[in-house]
Amino acid sequence: MLREEELKTFVDGTTQYFEVAAQQPATIGSPYLLEGEPAMHDYTGIISVSGKREGVVYFTAPRAMLTVLLMKMQENDFSHESMRDLVGEVANTISGNARRDFGHDFVISVPSVLTGDKPDIPHKPGARSFVIPINWRSHSAKLVVSLT
Amino acid sequence: MSTDSNADGGRRQVRLLIVDDSNIVRRRIERSQRLGEIEVVGTASNGIEALELARRTDPDLVTMDLTMPQMDGIECISRLIELKPSMRILVISALADKATAVQAMEQGANGFLHKPFTDRQLNDAIAELIF
Repeated sequence: MLREEELKTFVDGTTQYFEVAAQQPATIGSPYLLEGEPAMHDYTGIISVSGKREGVVYFTAPRAMLTVLLMKMQENDFSHESMRDLVGEVANTISGNARRDFGHDFVISVPSVLTGDKPDIPHKPGARSFVIPINWRSHSAKLVVSLT
Repeated sequence: MSTDSNADGGRRQVRLLIVDDSNIVRRRIERSQRLGEIEVVGTASNGIEALELARRTDPDLVTMDLTMPQMDGIECISRLIELKPSMRILVISALADKATAVQAMEQGANGFLHKPFTDRQLNDAIAELIF
């Protein structure tokens, strides 16, 4: 079962992503245990995890935040497809970086992307889910780590 | 690898193939290589597309993602090396464990850059492989 101290790798990965890819640090809030369904944003990138751990890691963000992130990356395509691409890439990058601590047997899928505020996330029974709040510029997003 | 001189005495551009399942990442790498001695000869979103493009475009250098649908980067690296043993391959991946880097190198990759990356890190990693 996911332990609180193991969340550090995801907090560090999120911090690193915004510092490097967005060239502007985010403020990462204190992780908390998820009870019920979290409030989701417009776009959600989901990585399924298998191997030594099972579950999902997902990044959910509002369109306005993703638009600014794309601008910071010098992108000029702000289409629905670009938003989907970006949330998937953020989730993939943070999950892939977690293998530095979890090792090669932390197997991650290619990203899948859901839209809307009521997406059906395939939580693994018995997994503990933690929410890592992300504040960047004037926007809020979340990384949810739900692993056995 | 160094850039060869052509018949006119000029330096031949290095031919780059970009492989990543993210359009955003492909465009980012492409933008960073617009100027200079590198010519982007193609972009692919998975290993199968990459092999087809490599046969058609004869790249000298490939940037290769690992986690991709249809054919992942590790398998694609070994197939590309079979196709052209002198091809230089820079893996650009979020997978940050040592075993993955070792596995990629064993298949024939020449360098490894972790995502996320800055333009400078990208250009330094490419320069290390080709100049």
